[in-house]
Amino acid sequence: MKSTLKKAGYNKVQKQVHDVFLQFTAKVVFFIIILFAFKLFFAGHYTPGGGFVGGLLAAAAIILLLIAFDQKTVEKVIPIDFRLLIAVGLAFAAVLPTLSFFFGTPFFTHQHTYVNVPVFGEVALHSAVIFDIGVFLTVAGSALLMIKLIAEEDA
Amino acid sequence: MTTNILALLPIMIPIFAGIIMLFMGKRPVMHRVVSGISGLLMILAAIWIVAHVFQNGTMVTYIGDWMAPFGINVVIDMASALLLLTTSIITFAVVVYSFQSIGIERERYYYYVMVMFMIAGVNGAFSTGDIFNMFVFFEVFLLASYVLITLGGTKIQLQEGFKYLLVNMISSNFFVLGVAYLYSVTGSLNMADIYLKLEDYDGSLVIMTIIAVVFMFVFATKAGVFPLFFWLPGSYYAPPMPVIALFGALLTKVGIYAIARTYSLFFIDNQAFTHQALLLLALLTIILGSVGAMAYTDMKKVIIYNILIAVGIILVGFSLMDEVGTIGAMYYLIHDMIIKAALFMLVGFIIYRTGKADSERLGGLIRKHPVTGWMFLVAGFALAGVPPLSGFYGKFFIVQSAFDNDHYIAGIIVLVSSLAVLVSVVRIFMNVFWREEMDFSTLKPIKSDKLLFSSIGLVIVSVTFGLAADFLYPFFEMAASSFHDPASYASYLTEVE
Repeated sequence: MKSTLKKAGYNKVQKQVHDVFLQFTAKVVFFIIILFAFKLFFAGHYTPGGGFVGGLLAAAAIILLLIAFDQKTVEKVIPIDFRLLIAVGLAFAAVLPTLSFFFGTPFFTHQHTYVNVPVFGEVALHSAVIFDIGVFLTVAGSALLMIKLIAEEDA
Repeated sequence: MTTNILALLPIMIPIFAGIIMLFMGKRPVMHRVVSGISGLLMILAAIWIVAHVFQNGTMVTYIGDWMAPFGINVVIDMASALLLLTTSIITFAVVVYSFQSIGIERERYYYYVMVMFMIAGVNGAFSTGDIFNMFVFFEVFLLASYVLITLGGTKIQLQEGFKYLLVNMISSNFFVLGVAYLYSVTGSLNMADIYLKLEDYDGSLVIMTIIAVVFMFVFATKAGVFPLFFWLPGSYYAPPMPVIALFGALLTKVGIYAIARTYSLFFIDNQAFTHQALLLLALLTIILGSVGAMAYTDMKKVIIYNILIAVGIILVGFSLMDEVGTIGAMYYLIHDMIIKAALFMLVGFIIYRTGKADSERLGGLIRKHPVTGWMFLVAGFALAGVPPLSGFYGKFFIVQSAFDNDHYIAGIIVLVSSLAVLVSVVRIFMNVFWREEMDFSTLKPIKSDKLLFSSIGLVIVSVTFGLAADFLYPFFEMAASSFHDPASYASYLTEVE
């Protein structure tokens, strides 16, 4: 990639560009994307959304940081091993449906209830959320791990 | 209560084993322990499932407590139960075999995790009762198999892995397409429900035949049936021996199982075309596999072409779709899974010991490894179907059914193919173990107790299976009934209604 660009006359490509506009925008847009990711995540189940898109969007937000800054900065901001993130996500997604073994209900049977929280009013508590957290973590973790590995290979 | 838990165990045990290993990180020895234990647990669970299905009939669990035609359900009839048991035995054997053969580097990079996830997918495809869910499980084991085929990153692995990836991606796309067609015709994805809806189907036969051809294209690619086998000899040659054993024993058989299921449940109206086409392709596969098996002296290649022969023979049994034919196909399917894994492992042992894959360059090994040599001969005889070894019963029923249905040519081709198998395997045996002795100083000093434990163990399992075939007949009769009498497979739905 780099050599092709060089041949085309782009000599300065190798330098890390400190693009002030990009970095400033990324800082703001990052939070918007993350919030939208969580909105999509919690919108799931009854309306379009869920763990998968939520996870992808969250990963996209972090990848934006990766483009605007560099890998070291991102690692400092989010000091998580993405492999562990995948494992934790899978554990969430696998353990929750298996819990239904102990209640004598078929696999994946969901449980839900409504509780009254002072400010928010009636809130639905649903066991599927825990499964979805697992999906969220796995998807975000694997997307980030892939990008990170590709980035490392190039350097 | 029991059915709710038991039916999910073959899928959940490997998944949990994989997750536990992911948490452990790159610690090969711990991975070995976990995968070995989970292999044993899977065998126990599968034996329990077989016993339960034998006593109480088809085991059904409704995932998420959604009622039958609407939710996904796991349906384990006897055919699935036997396949689950065989898969578990092979998994355990291959995992033990890998301890000393796959190499520490691959072990460190999550080899066992991928094996476990692949087994979860294979078991899921065997036990699900929903056609779209079957597609999902196909993807699960294919994704893991993409990793397994390229893990290690040698040149040939990447080259063949890419072909494998491309071929399987395309056929998976057609799988979704076929499922979509089927859904638009029947309005259901539950396999038993589709059968009930198609039973009094009075629409166009053409559309059902087209769907049948799409499904045949998909599963024939996965199983390596005649015009679509082209990727198989190359791709299966590339990865290390334990992975080949796993692929050769399990992956093509999932394709065959899917063909048997769909062709017995869905495509029942136009059998004169669909099943005859299947029979023709199966026979061409046998002929081509025989040519390939006899043409090579490379041991791996010979066994790989023997996969094609076995695929053809099993499909002959399933395409006849009568009682005798399907019993034979079930016998041969189970037999072939075990014996293929055993043969690949034995060949793998010879290759690891000598460092050469070409049987012409070896000789006289019987002095060094008498037990292995004779076990190889027994395995070869079982593969060819010499009575009373396990291959005989399957072929016997299949040929009987072919002659019953006036398919004399099919019967004769199956019989003659046994000769080709025998020639190809015995020639390896004679080249490697007899003849004048090779230079024994070039032998590699490898630790081989676990290699021999699992390969000879599987041969013994196969021999026992052959000797106990009479005792096991009721199991196989029950397994075959859901193919030649699909109403019995769908009965769990009619009982609910």
